Amino acid sequence: MDTLNPGKRTDVLPVQDREHFDQLVLPHLRAAFNLARWLLRSREDAEDVTQEALLRAFRFFSGFHGSDARAWLLQIVRNTCYTWMEKSRPMNSAVEFDESLHLSPLPGPEAQALAGSERERLAKGLEQLSPRSREVIVLRELEGCSYKEIASITAMPIGTVMSTLARARERLQQLLGSSGTKEAVHDL
Amino acid sequence: MTCDDSRPFFHAYLDGELDAMQAAEFGRHMESCSACGRAVQALESLRSSMQNAQLREPLPVGFERKIRSELDAASQPASSWKLTPWRLLAAAALLLLAIGGSWKFAQRTRDNGDVSVTAADAAAVELVDAHIRALQPGHLTDVTSTDQHTVKPWFDGRTAFAPPVRDFAAQDFPLVGGRLDVFQGHTVAALVYGRRKHFISVFIWPDATQNAEQYAGAMNGYQWISWKQSGLRFCAVADTSRDDLAALKDLISR
Repeated sequence: MDTLNPGKRTDVLPVQDREHFDQLVLPHLRAAFNLARWLLRSREDAEDVTQEALLRAFRFFSGFHGSDARAWLLQIVRNTCYTWMEKSRPMNSAVEFDESLHLSPLPGPEAQALAGSERERLAKGLEQLSPRSREVIVLRELEGCSYKEIASITAMPIGTVMSTLARARERLQQLLGSSGTKEAVHDL
Repeated sequence: MTCDDSRPFFHAYLDGELDAMQAAEFGRHMESCSACGRAVQALESLRSSMQNAQLREPLPVGFERKIRSELDAASQPASSWKLTPWRLLAAAALLLLAIGGSWKFAQRTRDNGDVSVTAADAAAVELVDAHIRALQPGHLTDVTSTDQHTVKPWFDGRTAFAPPVRDFAAQDFPLVGGRLDVFQGHTVAALVYGRRKHFISVFIWPDATQNAEQYAGAMNGYQWISWKQSGLRFCAVADTSRDDLAALKDLISR
């Protein structure tokens, strides 16, 4: 009896799918990174998670037969983010939110001068929303997804997408109206 | 349409998700109701300020290149793994030991002459060998990082299972990195931990058998200990003490 026998290999990856993957999925890398960055509220974590999600997507790619590669990829990114948040929850909740860690500078000084303070204000508001509210706002406003696409990415019915988006916007309006408050705000 | 009726439509209207009938009805209400008009306007201005603020995160420099090279690595079939010549040596060593010294292992670990003990020992020979091989310069790790968040994703796509990667620097077993190794013709994950001046290789692979037995042994000055945990078989190998390996095992299985 061979007691130290490793399991059968199933991780040989489809070389022939690579070109197809590069054409269909890789163009959505920025959307993937953007969603991860806002869900995780950190560029560094978003890099790790996006990388993990892309490798996962590549592994599952043979099972993708749909027409919307962006929604498919974002669904994987979202799941990877939630798994990641689940795992690192005790660590994260102990750390007080520090916006200087999370807000990345804009590319150029002019752009920064132009949009800097407004961007900071909006980003801060956005980061105070719950992840569920944040993701629908990011998908709708930053990625321009339709309700249908958001529904397929988040596995929510369209009606729920609509009501979540409505609540998220109203909450964001409140937060921005009273920006500068230091109290911890829990959405929903 | 009343204000209460129109409220749920604000967002769908703003997002262009109303059908023609709904849009017409909503539009009529907007014309007659300034309160609803102002509410929609406020939402519109929120949206345009979000769009003007360039909130969409740019990709980090070199990120796409990094992803592409990760995909390149994941596209390569594992059979082309670079340690192939060493496999021959390991097989030769195993053969020699099987001929010349199998009595030694059976005798040392257990007295009951159980065949599986001998098999475990024989397998351990190969893993000890892999560990010694890895100690050659440049072979210890494929991914060198004390950060478990770097090492863990590295294995993703290279192995069909997710090895548990944690740093135990606080307990004096700092994570050094990880590598892939080949064991009995299969790709296994190997985590490398430091222990004072020594390195410990922890080999990990899926084990579908019912066998949850723990094994331990020593050969040529190297200790090894093997156990099963959540469907994975672990084997830690090092030239440290048996107690060190047992302590690391406790940390990993905690």
